[in-house]
Amino acid sequence: MNPAPSIVFFTTASGAGYGLLFWLGLLRALGWGAGAPPSFGAAAVLLALALITAGLLSSLAHLGNPQRAWRALSQWRSSWLSREGVAAVLTYPPALLFLSALWFGWPGLAVVGGLLSAAGAVATVYCTAMIYASLKTVRQWRHPLVVPGYFAMAALSGAALLAALAAAWGLRGAVLVPAALAVLGGVAALALKLAYWRAVDAGLPGPTAESATSLGAIGRVRPLDPPHTQQNYLLREMGFRVARKHAARLRAVALAAGFAAPAALALLALAGAPAAPLLALGALLALLGVLVERWLMFAEATHTVMLYYR
Amino acid sequence: MTSLPDRPPGAKKLGLVIDLDTCVGCQACATNCKEWNASGHSAPLPDFHPYSAGAEGVWFNRVHSYEAGEGNGGRTVHFPRSCLHCENAACVTVCPTGASYKRAEDGIVLVNAETCIGCGLCAWACPYGAREMDEDSGVMKKCTLCIDRIYNETIPEAQRQPACVITCPTRARHFGDLGDPDSAVSQLVARRGGQDLMPELGYAPVNKYLPPRERSSALTEAKPVEEAPTPMDIANPLLRWMDRVLSR
Repeated sequence: MNPAPSIVFFTTASGAGYGLLFWLGLLRALGWGAGAPPSFGAAAVLLALALITAGLLSSLAHLGNPQRAWRALSQWRSSWLSREGVAAVLTYPPALLFLSALWFGWPGLAVVGGLLSAAGAVATVYCTAMIYASLKTVRQWRHPLVVPGYFAMAALSGAALLAALAAAWGLRGAVLVPAALAVLGGVAALALKLAYWRAVDAGLPGPTAESATSLGAIGRVRPLDPPHTQQNYLLREMGFRVARKHAARLRAVALAAGFAAPAALALLALAGAPAAPLLALGALLALLGVLVERWLMFAEATHTVMLYYR
Repeated sequence: MTSLPDRPPGAKKLGLVIDLDTCVGCQACATNCKEWNASGHSAPLPDFHPYSAGAEGVWFNRVHSYEAGEGNGGRTVHFPRSCLHCENAACVTVCPTGASYKRAEDGIVLVNAETCIGCGLCAWACPYGAREMDEDSGVMKKCTLCIDRIYNETIPEAQRQPACVITCPTRARHFGDLGDPDSAVSQLVARRGGQDLMPELGYAPVNKYLPPRERSSALTEAKPVEEAPTPMDIANPLLRWMDRVLSR
């Protein structure tokens, strides 16, 4: 599948934003960071909303008719893409309530707004993941580890960002929890992706050229003449294979720099090393790792329509 | 509404039956499809760089050719691929806007170009590659089963068939109601053992493909006969002369 930059950036940025919103909303409701200055909480929610909004705007760039995007909110009964849009829109009001409550110092509303924002974040990331996991046409996306992977990556990048922010604000006591969560998120992302890639490399069941053409009764099927000599939309969109040759190296980058390094940096910060620069670097690396992973998620995915072509 | 319509068993299911035994891969169906639909219900079907390198365009019908099997049992099969108007059309249910829909009255799957946002998710959801994006107007395009021919009362009744069907020189394409077990197409499918494409995915395609007929054993067991060499196969004139002398 073609890794359209707009979608790769969208799922990375909005995933990190929802992860940040989730952890802040949940931890705040549990009493974490109650003594932090209003500017910290407000900055964290604003960063989350900025990432989410930038991602959503970027996803519009993928549309042929972005001015009609509002129509995408109508088919939530059947479409995961529509549900994602609805969940994203519905998460804004509680997030703005949460932002105001943190800024003006309304503790009760901060709990309500935080928990509702966290629920909206989970729902939106779930819908995003299900857009891919519900497609029977792409066996690598249909895999049961795809949805947990989206959650782990949002959790990792969100926790890394929250830890970096807490450290930047000099909240020494408050760094502990998100930094520990970043370690857990990094380990979870690492384990999930290793298991996922092992499963994918072992070969996933799915349709074959024989079942795609109904000619299996005769024997093995292989293409003789293509229907067209030039490119077409299908080949460009579903037949992407430019950088699969770099896949092994990119996987290593995602695992090492993207997931292992942020966890290690968070551990170092927990052990007493200067937290602010380490955690800021960790958050950047986590975002980079998710970006690479998301790119691979597309580049390594194979669509059934290619059974007709090769 | 992108939920699939509630259709009782036996409801009208318009579709195609494609005979892989008689298709000769001439591309007439693809060409006539392009010709009709370039100005039809889903017009235009744009072409990009039509007169230079990298020419490409939107087509509703693509004819592949395959080899199947090995040796004497092997076959060359020409294989037209277009929308199968599935009963469980995921291209319809994934659509976030309701632009992609399946008609309750005859099961034809269509796109409303006025409400399509061009997100491309329906093309991802289609296992058969039936949908191609019109990148000029940013909306998805697909086979309409020539809805503007089959119900068109301004053309003679005999021509109220999809463009691909009416143009096929070997009558490898048939159009009709596959929901009616007594229709000519349903009878043909029953007689010839019509097949679904990728049935394991559960999309329940309406279009059926008739498998190539079994060849008689005389054909499959016969060995190709090698022609005897002629004197002209011998390049050297001296040897050719000797061959002629010795052959007397």
